[in-house]
Amino acid sequence: MAGTGTAHLRDGDDILLRVEGLTVEFPAPGGNRVKAVSGISFDIKKGETLGLVGESGCGKSTTGRAIIQLPPPTAGSVQLNGDELTDLKGDSLRLRRTDIQMIFQDPISSLNPRRKIGKVVAEPLDVWGPASKEEKRAITDKLLEAVGIDPDLARDKRPHEFSGGQCQRISIARALVLDPSMLICDEPVSSLDVSVQAQILNLLGDLKVDYDLTLVFIAHDLAVVKNISDRVAVMYLGKMCEVAESNEMYSNPAHPYTSLLLGSVPEPDPDNEIDLEIVEEGDLPSPINPPSGCRFRTRCPRADEQCSAEEPQMVQIASDHFVACHHPLIEPQPMEVSLAND
Amino acid sequence: MPDSATAQGLRNEPLLVVEGLKTHFKLPLGMVKAVDGVDLTVDRGRTIGIVGESGSGKTVLARTIMRLNLGANVFTEGSVRYAGVDLLDVPNKKMREYWGAEMSMVFQDPMTSLNPVVRIGRQITEHLRHHLGLSKEEAKETALALLKEVRIPEAEARLSAYPHQLSGGMRQRVCIAIAIACGPRLLFADEPTTALDVTVQHQIMNVLAREQRERDMGMVLVTHDLGVVAGRTDDIAVMYAGKIVERASTKALFDDVKHPYTEALLRSIPRTSHLSHTRLAAIVGRPPDLINPPAGCSFSPRCAYAQDICFSEEPVLQEASPNHEFSCHFPVGSEPNREAFEKNVAKAMPQAVSIRRHEESLAQLGGEI
Ligand SMILES: Nc1ncnc2c1ncn2[C@@H]1O[C@H](COP(=O)(O)OP(=O)(O)OP(=O)(O)O)[C@@H](O)[C@H]1O
Ligand SMILES: Nc1ncnc2c1ncn2[C@@H]1O[C@H](COP(=O)(O)OP(=O)(O)O)[C@@H](O)[C@H]1O
Ligand code: SF4
Ligand code: SF4
Ligand SMILES: [Mg+2]
Ligand SMILES: [Mg+2]
Repeated sequence: MAGTGTAHLRDGDDILLRVEGLTVEFPAPGGNRVKAVSGISFDIKKGETLGLVGESGCGKSTTGRAIIQLPPPTAGSVQLNGDELTDLKGDSLRLRRTDIQMIFQDPISSLNPRRKIGKVVAEPLDVWGPASKEEKRAITDKLLEAVGIDPDLARDKRPHEFSGGQCQRISIARALVLDPSMLICDEPVSSLDVSVQAQILNLLGDLKVDYDLTLVFIAHDLAVVKNISDRVAVMYLGKMCEVAESNEMYSNPAHPYTSLLLGSVPEPDPDNEIDLEIVEEGDLPSPINPPSGCRFRTRCPRADEQCSAEEPQMVQIASDHFVACHHPLIEPQPMEVSLAND
Repeated sequence: MPDSATAQGLRNEPLLVVEGLKTHFKLPLGMVKAVDGVDLTVDRGRTIGIVGESGSGKTVLARTIMRLNLGANVFTEGSVRYAGVDLLDVPNKKMREYWGAEMSMVFQDPMTSLNPVVRIGRQITEHLRHHLGLSKEEAKETALALLKEVRIPEAEARLSAYPHQLSGGMRQRVCIAIAIACGPRLLFADEPTTALDVTVQHQIMNVLAREQRERDMGMVLVTHDLGVVAGRTDDIAVMYAGKIVERASTKALFDDVKHPYTEALLRSIPRTSHLSHTRLAAIVGRPPDLINPPAGCSFSPRCAYAQDICFSEEPVLQEASPNHEFSCHFPVGSEPNREAFEKNVAKAMPQAVSIRRHEESLAQLGGEI
């Protein structure tokens, strides 16, 4: 299968997660298969934050869940610290998986409404944690405090008594009780007000340092992703379009899709020219029967025959900047200099 | 059209004039002052943004003006003059003549206004036949034209689709089509794009802008995100705890922010022009309890500039310039404001420290790129 390539993968002992050729398919009506994710590759260094952006349905959540093998991918490799997670089964998989935790978009419904907060947060400890009640309580209290929730006030309340932002703090505390090395955040601030969103982003930034975390941050808001990420990967229809260091990606977007996304960000500036002509929803093709060649070609202003015939491969265009496009918006720079510096 | 609204020598009067509007809800614990003394004017053909955090009263304000059902425990006071008539005096039954034909609303969740088991086409045609008395054929033709107008591709085929067969963006377009179907002069859009992707949000806001312009409607855009209304409104009213705390032309508001809450909302938005890992100036805490709001300025527990007077004396609206009002004892940009900030930083007040860290982070990272 034509992949989008692996030129953007890095070597070194500091790689915590390495995903190669990840493919996730789901059964669809009429005996078809939805290719939610089609052979993507990426890696994350220890302590790094990788932002995953793209429109609804492009496969971000599926990618996040495939990392923790929920469900295990149809094909491809997921290595955590060199261990192949797709080879693990049963208890050994469940144990290894405690090292990667996930938090979700809808903070209120992701917490069990019938349980008290103390129990909700301590729940992962029931299986994997210390046996004594006191120890569990100490861990839970410490984490609630770390996320800015007063344990004495919260312990005996239930999730619906808290706001969306507070519930998100509580789910973060719960995700950290087993001391994971990686946290996958799936649209964690998308349903929150701008003010609460900023609180949660700052909190995640602090916790990352205090708890030695490596983050995958999934979102469709490009400004949010830039703020929190060291490196950003742009996805479209189950494929990887562009990978780069965050500041580099936003100053020099190379993929036409990245550029479209950036042009849609609502900037809090009245002098910012808004392109009022964009009114059509470029028909989003179906992942059951994706376009040949480059999947973005049905919406791309630069598409030509090559784009429908050949799938573009990931190539390096600047120091930490990779793009899969036949006609990128910026020309590849001579690479000797940056390679020599590596 | 209601006769009272047609009987107008009202050319010079704004489309909508809201004065001293209060909407309170009686609960066992006390009165929730959701809207607490709001003045607002919407001129024909102009777009007003109403901005504030969740719970600040934006939706209740919009629903009160439109006289949409708010429950049996609601108490309303003040006046809502639409084309010369105080809507608060209009009997419930007669309000039907206003909905759709005079004013309508696009909601955050399209499914609140769509019937999940009725085909799109029929939902629009029924609305048209009910309100405009069109024949079956006329209604179908008009429905098709409306779907095309809101740029729904393959409009003809979509007439027979059910809402769940459409994407969130398409569903919102259908809601816009229904909202404009009977040619209202005033359109409310309550967080119409909050649940949508940035690309779809951009298109939907453009569709709204286009309809507003072509139909010369007054439009009220409700949102928590100043970024969404920045380039798309003539005026903005910032709401906090049931009150409007700052109001200005959009340009004046962004160029010369006066109210600390407006400034705080603006600063909490991450920007693509800031370097990665810039510390955000989050607003600490949460909006106040509307049953027992804090004494003095309702923003005082969260404000980086609050001084003693803020906790006892409620600031009144004052003019910064013509068409720019705010209510604050220490307006942004003034010398007393700067002094108040330094005092609060020295006291390690969390809300002041949060802003200082944001400023330091911007300076350290090299500011805007
Ligand atoms: N369990 C499933 N069965 C069938 N199709 C699925 C399933 N889960 C996901 N899909 C499909 O896979 C594709 C990618 O889904 P995914 O949820 O990962 O997208 P996303 O980028 O997270 O979008 P959103 O922002 O809407 O959550 C979509 O077309 C989706 O409909
Ligand atoms: N029917 C009701 N009964 C009691 N309180 C209500 C009711 N509707 C809204 N409120 C309260 O009014 C306040 C403002 O609500 P709302 O206008 O929905 O906020 P926003 O739209 O800005 O998010 C909130 O405190 C809310 O809980
Ligand atoms: S490969 Fe072709 S169609 Fe795809 S993004 Fe590049 S120019 Fe556009
Ligand atoms: S400075 Fe005082 S009056 Fe002004 S917003 Fe802050 S607390 Fe309110
Ligand atoms: Mg998702
Ligand atoms: Mg609301």
